[in-house]
Amino acid sequence: MSDSREQILNRVRAALAPLLQRAPLPEWERELVDLRGTRNSTDLWALFAERLKAVNGTPLTTVAELVALLESNGWRHGYCDPALWPRLREAFSTAFTVETDFDRRRIDDYQFGITAATGAIAETGTVILSDRDTSRRLGALAPWVHIATVRRDQIFADLTAAVAALPVDPNVIWVTGPSKTADVEGILIEGVHGPGRQITLLMAG
Amino acid sequence: MARQLIDQFAAKVPADKRAAVYLGTKTTHEKRTQMLLDQFADPDRLRQLAGEIKQHVLENLDTYLPQVEAKLTANGARVHWAATGEEACATVLQIMQARGATKMVKAKTMVSEEIGLAGYLEKHGIEALETDLGEFIVQIDHDHPSHLVRPIIHKNRREIAQSFEREGLGVYNDDPATITRRARQYLRHKYMAADVGLTGANFVSAESGRLLVVTNEGNSRFSLAAPRCHIALVGIEKLVPRDRDLGLFLNLLARSATAQSLTVYTEFISGPKLPTQPDGPEEMHVIFVDNHRTEVLASDCREILRCIRCGACLNVCPVYRQVSGHAYRSVYPGPLGAVLSPLLAGGHFADQADLPKASSLCGACQEVCPVNIPIPDLLLRLRDKAKREHATLAAAGTPPMGAWAILASQPVVWKAALAVGQIMDYLPLGLIPVPALRAWTARRTLPGWRGGEFRKWLKNRNKS
Ligand code: SF4
Repeated sequence: MSDSREQILNRVRAALAPLLQRAPLPEWERELVDLRGTRNSTDLWALFAERLKAVNGTPLTTVAELVALLESNGWRHGYCDPALWPRLREAFSTAFTVETDFDRRRIDDYQFGITAATGAIAETGTVILSDRDTSRRLGALAPWVHIATVRRDQIFADLTAAVAALPVDPNVIWVTGPSKTADVEGILIEGVHGPGRQITLLMAG
Repeated sequence: MARQLIDQFAAKVPADKRAAVYLGTKTTHEKRTQMLLDQFADPDRLRQLAGEIKQHVLENLDTYLPQVEAKLTANGARVHWAATGEEACATVLQIMQARGATKMVKAKTMVSEEIGLAGYLEKHGIEALETDLGEFIVQIDHDHPSHLVRPIIHKNRREIAQSFEREGLGVYNDDPATITRRARQYLRHKYMAADVGLTGANFVSAESGRLLVVTNEGNSRFSLAAPRCHIALVGIEKLVPRDRDLGLFLNLLARSATAQSLTVYTEFISGPKLPTQPDGPEEMHVIFVDNHRTEVLASDCREILRCIRCGACLNVCPVYRQVSGHAYRSVYPGPLGAVLSPLLAGGHFADQADLPKASSLCGACQEVCPVNIPIPDLLLRLRDKAKREHATLAAAGTPPMGAWAILASQPVVWKAALAVGQIMDYLPLGLIPVPALRAWTARRTLPGWRGGEFRKWLKNRNKS
């Protein structure tokens, strides 16, 4: 394989050799990518909630609301990050079955998954998950409903700020609303491979 | 006079398909334009800047490629190099065989289409399943994608429902929601059973070695959550200099492709999973693929390597809207494909030399391109190349120029023709029994003959 490496790099060098000068790397101002009306916003949770709704996600501010929503839809079996469960459990009645371990062999059993977000992006209604902070990739992905918890101080105003603060983590994923497709005749359908419902729960401190 | 292949194909596209492609592309294009104008103060500057950054990367690949290799290696990924498509396929196979792996789930990657990976693996006894809904349908139908972003823009729900029924995915039902649910149910167990998840990369940051992969459906995420090994196939042109630049390109990509602010899943991957994370790949391989890209880099069309495969030029193109993707006889359709496909064909350039002629050179493609590729110029350069290399395919449909050549190169003949041309003023053109000509002249009158005026003017000018 290392032969191919040399071959490719030699071809690249040969291709570039005739250039009298190479295109410089342009610098750019972050103002260029500011979305109109985003940065002046002071209440980032309010902006986040508005934008999350715009992509058919659901912002919630209390655990009671979450439990009511799950109950009214008959979603009683789920997974919860073991670190979060002690703070949430008392709001869940005994009608719920919540596992703090995710069994890969039974992915269809879990109707919802609760995991902690690393952050959020207000201007796009995005939650940020990472290997370090999110207990299980599958727990946030396989169930029909994903609930990400986030704190106010974790919310970035915009995409540029979130990129600038990308954590040192082998895997960071931004999730913006429910999984979706328009492959069949351009008709929007939600819940393709990932969750059909994307909920963000605001947590205090 | 033989018609161009693309015209021959276009003539066979059924009216309902043509209408569906037209509507789908037009709607996306209009939404995209509105969104960029509404949201950014200077969206045109953004496109130019993104183009400048990509051009810089291309012209400095000799620095950036070793840099990204070092980063990825330090992050715990294994880096491979594939000079050709066959070598890339063989490398994937070797990685799988070394693990004793027989099952792969594939996210959408254009480069895997380009090198025919799925077919190659199947021949070697490996199940390589497409997971993007559109690509999955293309695969079960043994069809080809017809759009960069919407692979089955050419299919309707009834055809899809029939395919599902044939494949044993439930009785006939053409409700798009039902189709999607059935695919969901079928594929989620395939992810769990697969040993390897294969993705492409939309961008790779040379600064950190982060691969950026975007999808709306979540199939790439599932391919990186269940399997234990990740293979990424990446064209050598996919680099951007810094993490910061990823932000710029993210702002442009989804808006240009689907008129979204961001795709639903935007994943930054720099290595195998953390040891504390129970899900995801313990092993990560990145294969950098050349497959004629260095030839393009050496050519006068290197700007096409800036392309981020957003599909905006397809959506706006008056030719693509009429002929749709299969007419381009290659993996990359539309204005992008008309430039890239003949170039990537290497020694088979002549087989696709007609594609650069499938354009009215209206310039709309460059105007929408998020990396500002001068596609019309590149099309002209390739037309010139086709002419110089006597590519016969490209000559089809061109009116014979022999008579014109005699006329234009011999002054005596030319003068005689000018004199004779005066007759045009006295001919009753409307009576000529050619329907097209009649339709034309019924509403229009020809201006009076002015042949020879220029010569007269020039003569007088020289006197004074
Ligand atoms: S050529 Fe430009 S507009 Fe066309 S797909 Fe590539 S990046 Fe998009």
